[in-house]
Amino acid sequence: MAKIRVLVGTRKGAFVLTSDAARRDWEVDGPHFGGWQIMHVNGSPADPDRIYASQWTDWHGQVVQRSDDGGGTWEPVGNDFSYDGETGTHLWYDGTPHPWDFNRVWHFEPSPDDPDTVFAGAEDAALFRSTDGGRSWKELSGLRTHSTGGAWQPGAGGLCLHTILIDPADTRRMYVAISAAGAFRTQDGGDTWHLATKGLRSEFLPDPEASVGHCVHNLAMHPSRPDTLYMQKHWDVCRSDDAGDHWTEVSGNLPSDFGFPIAVHAHEPETVYVVPILSDSQHYPPDGKLRVARSRTAGDEWELLTEGLPQKDCYVNILRDAMAVDSLDECGVYFGTTGGQVYVSPDSGDSWAPIVEHLPSVLSVEVQTIR
Amino acid sequence: MTTVRVALPAHLRTLAGVGSEVRVEVPDAPTIDDLIEALEAAYPALHGTIRDRATARRRSFMRYFACGRDLSHEPTDQPLPDAVAGGAEVFSVVGAIAGG
Repeated sequence: MAKIRVLVGTRKGAFVLTSDAARRDWEVDGPHFGGWQIMHVNGSPADPDRIYASQWTDWHGQVVQRSDDGGGTWEPVGNDFSYDGETGTHLWYDGTPHPWDFNRVWHFEPSPDDPDTVFAGAEDAALFRSTDGGRSWKELSGLRTHSTGGAWQPGAGGLCLHTILIDPADTRRMYVAISAAGAFRTQDGGDTWHLATKGLRSEFLPDPEASVGHCVHNLAMHPSRPDTLYMQKHWDVCRSDDAGDHWTEVSGNLPSDFGFPIAVHAHEPETVYVVPILSDSQHYPPDGKLRVARSRTAGDEWELLTEGLPQKDCYVNILRDAMAVDSLDECGVYFGTTGGQVYVSPDSGDSWAPIVEHLPSVLSVEVQTIR
Repeated sequence: MTTVRVALPAHLRTLAGVGSEVRVEVPDAPTIDDLIEALEAAYPALHGTIRDRATARRRSFMRYFACGRDLSHEPTDQPLPDAVAGGAEVFSVVGAIAGG
């Protein structure tokens, strides 16, 4: 019988939540690495017992933890994220040049077909790859040295590479997103990168249609349609049907098109989820109501899902990596809040229930469907 | 060679899997650099957690105390106090009191 494992990163440790396929009764295991900020925890599609965790604090910097038994035990592996060659400068918040400086890993994306191969998205923005299970890391420097790199500028969270998508049909094709630079695509496994920002519009930029400077918050893709990408931007929800060459806004009737995560249903490539947040200056839901927005039409037409979610006095945020889906026949949808709740919907979003309610602030949620 | 005593902050004790005090072998007349190198060699998980991997400089939220003194800003290539080198005093790696 299938089992669900939810991997949760929080500001004070990692948690592993497990359930059977009914997704009603949950076991909560943790905290692992108590007191450390766990930026992201993600499992290998090729071997679900292989899990990588990004562990960090201001005091001690970056640690990478690896589990080979589904999160029961962990081993620190390599944390040498050295940039490849001479590092130039990007722009600082004040618009002056600033040297590239590694701070931490925001996101791990394990290869679809090799548990020892994993990509790491770093701050300051760069993409690293390990082919030995995280023991050593090599930068794919074609991204950082992109011709626009000197003009990249950090968002409020830093100049972070936070999203990595791998086309399962052609793993040499990948997409990444950087705040606040934009989205990029490679077709050669990461050697060369192409801007994927045409059609985006960001009113905070001097030129709203500039090629770089867009604060992309998250990207999503359905594995059966790797040419179709969904984007939650600082403002605007967008879709591309040509692998990022052109984007169209599909915010439609959302109560707010500001938000952080975006996710796609496991079996319906045109069913998309976002969580509307009031604004970039008020990082909480409109009207104190926590509502997930679902579109079954690949955007533009959205319905607000509320059953089981707090509909008054709710002022939490849902961060960019804190939403995921499982792949059971009835797709489950999951998200974590800055208030420490992790919610599950076992019916594609129709109804919701908390799995756990009092964790530290949730930074990331990933889901493994184990058969 | 001689043995020095080192106290680590709580998070690093957990990471390295050690108790409140560890002993590491260092060359005679050890420096701070020698001590940290020996610590990282004995406990590889500590690489990068006390001093920056790229620059080998002390991380900004870490401090070094020994013999009632703050040694954080002393040259790291100068000999440690005799009491530390001789094992009578503990060299403390301390995390800044900050955060939430």
